[in-house]
Amino acid sequence: MEKVKLNIDNKQVEVAKGTTIFKAAKQMGIDIPVLCYMHLEDLGIEHKPGGCRICVVEVEGRRNLAPSCSTEVAEGMVVKTHSVRVLNARKTVMELILSDHPKDCLSCAKSGKCDLQNMAVKLGIRDIPNQDIAEMSTYRMDFSPSLIRDMDKCIMCRRCETMCNDFQTVGALSAINRGFNSVVAPAFEMDIEDSTCTYCGQCVAVCPTGALTEVDHTNQLIEDLANPEKTVIVQTAPAVRAALGEEFDMPAGTSVTGQMVTALRELGFDYVFDTDFAADLTIMEEGTELLDRLTKHLNGDKSVKLPILTSCCPSWVNFFEQQFIDMLDIPSTARSPQQMFGAIAKTYFADKINVKRENLVVVSIMPCLAKKYECQRDEFKVDGNPDVDYSITTRELASLIKRANINLAILEKQDFDAPLGESTGAGVIFGVTGGVIEAATRTAYELHTGKELKKVDFEELRGLGGIRKATIDFDGLPIKIGIAHGLGNARKLLEDIRAGKSEFHAIEIMACPGGCIGGGGQPLHHGDSSVIQKRFEAIYAEDKGKKLRKSHENPYITKLYEEFLGKPMSEKAHHLLHTHYVDKSKKIIYMK
Amino acid sequence: MSRIKFELRKDQIDKINEICQSFNNEAGELINVLHKVQGTFGYLPAEVQEVVAKGLNIPVAKVYGVVTFYSYFTMTPKGKHPISICTGTACYVRGAEKVLEEFKKELKAEVGETTPDGKFSIACLRCVGACGLAPVVMVGDKTYGRVAPEMVKDILAEYAD
Repeated sequence: MEKVKLNIDNKQVEVAKGTTIFKAAKQMGIDIPVLCYMHLEDLGIEHKPGGCRICVVEVEGRRNLAPSCSTEVAEGMVVKTHSVRVLNARKTVMELILSDHPKDCLSCAKSGKCDLQNMAVKLGIRDIPNQDIAEMSTYRMDFSPSLIRDMDKCIMCRRCETMCNDFQTVGALSAINRGFNSVVAPAFEMDIEDSTCTYCGQCVAVCPTGALTEVDHTNQLIEDLANPEKTVIVQTAPAVRAALGEEFDMPAGTSVTGQMVTALRELGFDYVFDTDFAADLTIMEEGTELLDRLTKHLNGDKSVKLPILTSCCPSWVNFFEQQFIDMLDIPSTARSPQQMFGAIAKTYFADKINVKRENLVVVSIMPCLAKKYECQRDEFKVDGNPDVDYSITTRELASLIKRANINLAILEKQDFDAPLGESTGAGVIFGVTGGVIEAATRTAYELHTGKELKKVDFEELRGLGGIRKATIDFDGLPIKIGIAHGLGNARKLLEDIRAGKSEFHAIEIMACPGGCIGGGGQPLHHGDSSVIQKRFEAIYAEDKGKKLRKSHENPYITKLYEEFLGKPMSEKAHHLLHTHYVDKSKKIIYMK
Repeated sequence: MSRIKFELRKDQIDKINEICQSFNNEAGELINVLHKVQGTFGYLPAEVQEVVAKGLNIPVAKVYGVVTFYSYFTMTPKGKHPISICTGTACYVRGAEKVLEEFKKELKAEVGETTPDGKFSIACLRCVGACGLAPVVMVGDKTYGRVAPEMVKDILAEYAD
């Protein structure tokens, strides 16, 4: 590789040709401040619009300051990253950005986690000149079931656009208008709810300010917990335990399952259950459906379509309900674990503890924003009462724990309650890309072959590659499996199916990078995608530590079928645990 | 913002697709495509932008982004009788501003807008090369010279059909 020698801050450095000044400096341990720039290395996403001008540096012989995020190094270049001229320019740029930014930091949802706020601290901003005469751009607030857009706080970094258009290929957001009036908005400035948005929340995950935030359900939860007439139960998604610790300054990848359970009890939940239990249940239904479709297909039944697609991810469901409406019969009909849990909790469990449906509040803790929308879908309500009342994110849970003066780090580890808290390792790995299909494989193999699966770790299904494929030997029957995470990757597999080119029997899809561990409701990664890798490792370590690792071995699942459901895909199971998909391809709803 | 509902006929959709194809359906040709399409339809209603987005395989949000960025592109149809008031230097000093105000008052429409009945639209332009007749107003292809605010009612009455 061709090398280039240059001088940054009076130190010589040699880097590969084509490197940017920002990256060359980083190699030397010099962190040039960046704001609009974002590099999610493990996901192959580099966003460098060179728009905010915070990262400018002085290059000897150049008349203008250069944006270091998008300027390539050259032989003999002499760069100064903190000359007086640079520092003054950076300060002016920051002051100009702040002059058109609301000053309500104290009550902003992003306060304390805001990249803009952190930058103001880093640059030592003590004054925002001409505030009395500076005009502020304003735009209407936009509320949806999952996320809130407050474009007054947008600094036009356009990271959200990169995630929405390039990574997810959802295409809901674009910069519109020009100059002072420009904002990021859906087509024709319709509400986000009416757009092609799937609520994956990746825009929220990368937004540097409070312009994009999640709908907050914590205050409602505090009210419900204090209400003596309500029995409030909680389910926690697998990915939450692998990330919650980050909000309490623990290193990424610290599993806090036991402490989280204790914290939830201290918050006042009557029963602390686990979505992993419902994940095991999902495998029973989805695995049975897979084998059923596979057997029929192999026996020549042309009416049965393959591949079967997983259906746990609500953002992915929204995606195909909008953009692949010709293929609504391909995904599994199994509800997501969140909804299976809700359906069982408000029937089987409510009967067991003799509490009326309307007095039972089911709350879910999810790494996800789309789950907030999913639990409001009409299909998942009985007489207007939702199976899951509301869903709060990992971030919201952290905020609640802090508000309740609970120190997660020093809590003892406790176990989930029975019966809906018991789970296997197969349920845990639902939180990571490849995990659902691995869990399904563990069970489907034994159900299909009648033999014991000796080696439960399917390394060939694991990893963070965007699209992966593997063939699993079901005792002489080769099962071809495809895996995609990120809706852009999912789109490629779907287009292959549409073109009749797909070779797979089963495909797992998750909308977020790395699966749920990289969900839109997780602690913010602030551009460091290595945290996703660490959460990934934490999930598999949790799986390894479990006594039971196959969903069908979960004794409480066996009991649930014996006492209540009958068998997988029974009429009752169909009624409570399966769903149908609808055409939601948007007819444009025109301007307000 | 209210909008006149625009129903696309099949031949119109075919025409847009034809324009997209003439640019090899390349996303990078969006501005050229919009230019041609606006040349055909006179403006770029939402439905038209949707067909363009499909034709070039890009999100409709992106198309809308470009349409709202360039002042050349418009989502408002011109009136049956487009009114252009010259606000070039000569017309301006001879009272074009007052004439413009009178048109706005009579039609209850702003510059760039079309009356709800679709009959008139108001636009400003810079010099039609008839400075000797300043201030100048054009309605469709017809030119009116030395226009005074008092004449505005009579001019509009000519198009009373």
